[in-house]
This record gives sequence, C-alpha cells and structure tokens, in this order.
Amino acid sequence: MQARYRILLPVISLVVLLGMTFWMQPRAMSYFGLNLLFNLAVPIALATIAQMMVIMVNDIDLSLGAFVSLVACVTATWLNDTPLFGALILLGLIASYALMGAVIHMLELPAIVVTLGMSFVWGGLALFLLPTPGGASPEWIRSLMTLKPPMVPLAVLAAVIVAALTHMLVIRSKIGTVLRGLGGNARSIARAGWNVTALKATAYGLSGLFGVLSGMALVGLTTSADANIALRYTLLSIAGVILGGGEFTGGKVSPVGAVIGALTLTLAASFLSFLRLSPDWQIGAQGAILILVLTARLLFSRKGAAT
Amino acid sequence: MKSILMGAAALALMAGAVHAESPTASKRIALSNNYAGNSWRQAMLKTYEETAQAAVADGVVAAADAFTTSENQTTEQAAQIQNMILQGYDAILLNAASPTALNGAVKEACDAGVKVISFDSIVTEPCAWRIAVDFVEMGRQEVEYVASRLPEGGNLLEIRGLAGVSTDDAISKGIHEAIDTKYPQFKIVGSVHGDWAQDVAQKAVAGILPSLPDVVGVVTQGGDGYGAAEAFAAAGRPTPLIVMGNRQDELKWWAEQRDANGYETMSLSIAPGVASLAFWVGQQILAGEDVPKDLTVPFLTITQADLDEALKTTPEGSVSNVSYTLEDAQAVIAGAK
Repeated sequence: MQARYRILLPVISLVVLLGMTFWMQPRAMSYFGLNLLFNLAVPIALATIAQMMVIMVNDIDLSLGAFVSLVACVTATWLNDTPLFGALILLGLIASYALMGAVIHMLELPAIVVTLGMSFVWGGLALFLLPTPGGASPEWIRSLMTLKPPMVPLAVLAAVIVAALTHMLVIRSKIGTVLRGLGGNARSIARAGWNVTALKATAYGLSGLFGVLSGMALVGLTTSADANIALRYTLLSIAGVILGGGEFTGGKVSPVGAVIGALTLTLAASFLSFLRLSPDWQIGAQGAILILVLTARLLFSRKGAAT
Repeated sequence: MKSILMGAAALALMAGAVHAESPTASKRIALSNNYAGNSWRQAMLKTYEETAQAAVADGVVAAADAFTTSENQTTEQAAQIQNMILQGYDAILLNAASPTALNGAVKEACDAGVKVISFDSIVTEPCAWRIAVDFVEMGRQEVEYVASRLPEGGNLLEIRGLAGVSTDDAISKGIHEAIDTKYPQFKIVGSVHGDWAQDVAQKAVAGILPSLPDVVGVVTQGGDGYGAAEAFAAAGRPTPLIVMGNRQDELKWWAEQRDANGYETMSLSIAPGVASLAFWVGQQILAGEDVPKDLTVPFLTITQADLDEALKTTPEGSVSNVSYTLEDAQAVIAGAK
C-alpha cells in the first residue's frame, strides 16, 4: 500500500494549505495570484528534484544551495556575456557533480562530509565570480520565466512539466529503475553486473543537471545574482523531498511528491506571512508544519504496516 | 474568477471615491525589511512603528505594517514582496537584502501598480524610488572637520568597516578623495578594519599602534570610535582627535572626556529614523506628488554643543536617532528636484 498511497499525503497537505491561503487571501485565487504565490517555487522544485537524485542513491547533498548559488552567478555573468563559454562552464559544473559522485563511491567517503566540503568550494567560486551582487539575466531566460501562457500560470505549468518529466525519468525509465535499485540494494545491483561507480556518477550528474536548471530559473526570476542567493535551498530541498513522501534510505523517492513538497514549503512560508506571524516565530512554525506532516505520515505508514 | 475581478474593480472604484476626499486615507503601506539583528535595525523598526502607528491613528493611511524576513536571504525577501503584492498594499518600503537580486520581484510589484521605495540598502531596478545615503560625502565631511580643527595637518589613522560591503568602500573613498584633492597636509599612516564594532576596532587598533608614528586624528565609520579610544589609552599614547559615529558608548566616552579635559570632536552617522523618512516619502508618492526617483538622506551630525541633548535621548547600547516628519520628507523631495 505504501508506494501507491505515498503520494496521497503530500497532495492532501498542499490542498489543505492552498485552501487556507485562499481563505485568508482571496486575491491569491487568480491567474496573477497563483503565479506570484508559486513562481519562486519553480527553482526550489528543481533543486528538490536535484536533491532527490542524490537521496535516491542513499546519499545526501549538503552543497546544493551553494551549488545553485554558483550556477546563478555563472548564469548572470558568463552565460549572459559570452553564452558559449557560459554554457561550457555549466556543463563542466554538471560533470564535476558526476565526478563527485564517482569519487564518493570509489573512495567510500561519506557523502555528507564530501558535499559539506564542496559547499565551501562552490561558495568560494561564487564569491570569486561575483564579490558584490550584480550581473544580469540572459534575455531568453528572463522572457522564458515571465511567459504568460493562456489559462494556467507559468509557475503551475512548469511544476507540472517538471513533475511529469522526472516521473518518466525516475519511475518509468530503465535507468531510473536501476538507480532506485541502487538505493534499495547496492550489492544486488552490482551482482547483476552494473557498474556501481558509473551509476552513482549518473545520479550525481542528474542532480547537477537539475541544480543547474534551478540556478538558471532563479536568475530568470530575480534578474541578477549574488553569491548567497540560494543558500536556503540545501535545507529546503531536503525538506521538500521528505515532505513529498521520499525516504532517506532505500531508494524510495517520488518525483511528483518532491515537486509537491517544494510547492507546499513555499506556500507554507507565504501562508505564515499572511497570518502576520512575527518573523521570530516563522522558522519555528515552518518546522512545526514539517513535523506535523511527517507525524501524519508515520501514523499512516504504521497503519499500512499493520494491515 | 470573473466575479472576483469585478469585485476588485468595484473596490478600486470605491477607493478612488475616497481618494478624492483625503489623498491617502485608504492607502496601505508595508515595510519589507531583511534583517533585524543589530541595534541600528532595532532602532529603525521602532521608529518606523511609532511613525506608522501615529499616521494610522491620524487617518493619514489605512495601514502601515512592518515585515522582517527571518533569514536575511534574497529569495525569502523576494517571496515576501510578492506576498505583499497579493495582500494588496499600495506601496512597499524596502530595506533590501541585495541591491540587484530583488529586481525581479520589485519589477513585478511595479507592474502590479505598487509603488516601491527602497531606502538604506537600495535596489537598482529603475521603477523603484531610492532614498540613499551619500556615504562618500560622509567620509569627506569627516576630513573637513579634522582639517578645520587641525589646520597644520599630520598623520591620520583610518578605521574601516566590514570589508567587501559597499558602505565601507564609499566612506573610505570619500576620506581618501578629500585628502588627495583638498588637504594634502594630512597623511593616512595606517588603515585597519574595525567591522563597525567597538571590540573588533579596539583589537585592530591595538595591533597596529606600535608600528605607527604620532597620530593626530582618527577617521572612522561609526561603531568604532570608542574602541579606538580605548586602544590609544591602553597603549599609553595621547588621545588623538577621534571622529565618532553616534553610538551611545561613543557619546558617553566623549562626554566624560569633555568633562575631564575639555575634549572636543564631532560625531556623524545615518539615523535609523530613515525608515520614517521613507514612510513619508511613500505617503507623498501615494498622494500623487511628483517625487524624483533618487533622493538623498541627510546625516545626523552631533556637535560639541548638542552632545548632552543627544546623549540624553540615546538609549544605552543604541544609536542616536531622529524621527523624520512629513515636512522633512517634503524638504528632501524639494531638494532633489
């Protein structure tokens, strides 16, 4: 029952929260309002997918926020000024993520330590690139992120597309199944003749790819970057994966859930601000929402195990 | 959906009707603040609250709420601005976490018809108003004062702020420009970073003092004058002319020295009350006044004559403050035209 209903709880959390937000702030219930509520959730959703790729193979990535910040800085400077060079750098960043995955596996290093270390490398590079905030978003990213498609706001459309594509990739495709298997039982995957190092590199490479997309989307929204722009994303992305029904071990992840988790977290922050809650309490309240959902999940899964 | 839009249109019409009677009575203003973790920002929020409460009570505006982000992050503040647009505020006063990274959100606000007034830490988006401090001028004024007191010149020690922050660069630039162009009789023999904190400044000055020749004056950035004085005293050197930065501990030390040996100096910094100036500027914009996009805040300067008064009104551990009025805002606007 677990796998099938795992998606239920995130959906319910989002719907309940959305209902309460609409009730508090009816103005949000419009094309314009939904876009405002959710457009900053697009880069968070992409970062959450990036984190999910790593969690899928039983690791955790503490460098994601710094990495997305670095990508944002590259996007706002090199990709804007010299697109070809900028694109090469971004590809290089994805490759270095894949390499990081391979190294973590080959040297049997704990991912939590390596990624924490790498977060300082990414952060340093970002500061080197943009010591003071600045840069500009490439025109095409800006116009992509401010598109106004008919009927459905871009933020919602983007979330649906990201969820659908990653669902195909992670749940339906062959490589996705093997990667989840790696999280479930690495040894049997190795016995079946797969090159585990290559698989880990693939998972990390995918994570890097979505991290790059996240940074680019973020710059499209903010129009410029600074070296600390996405530091919150590390924790937000982990919370999003877990909120979306993923688990830290066993390759049990849900891309659709992760996207919904990211939307829920973004919405929770807005909801708390609509409540006029003092900022001192907001972080705590965000944590409380997280604990509430996780508790609900635990209760559900206990029941599931019993029947 | 359609009915909601109609409702909004009807509301807008009603607001328009009220508008005709008193210019901003139906308008709502929000403060978006990125950080509240030091005495300056605390004083800023307090001044804003006082100004806002009085204005709401007098019926000048319908609401003037303050919001502070919890983590001083640009993405968080961008979301906060978007929420304010949704909540239907007419103007947003903005102390920004980044000069550029909020431009997307600021543009969205402008496109939605919300006036955005950035102050203190300003944003570069052209559609927003900017109430900036001329920190270069602040550095220049320091040197001018020192030159007026010590016309024969001499060696100066410079205490800088937090490295890499634009404010620090600007003040230092003003100091160096003034010396290079107008007062060649002065020479900066040492420069340390005091991070706008007394303890850091004291350590830094104590570290550099043994290597320095006689120092006649210390040019500072605020929050570092008292630390410098302590360092000079600990090294057993005569106290030079130290320019102060309006902090209560600096004023207290200055008053003590004045009573003991007639010590004389001046003190200047930007007043946290700039938030109240931003409020009135926002009110003027909402009232339909023609306000230039770039405004400059005056500094708060304390001289020997008003030291006692300033010390009396500055709470312990805080910084000298002034609450700006509608007339002050009008004067600033007129000055920029």
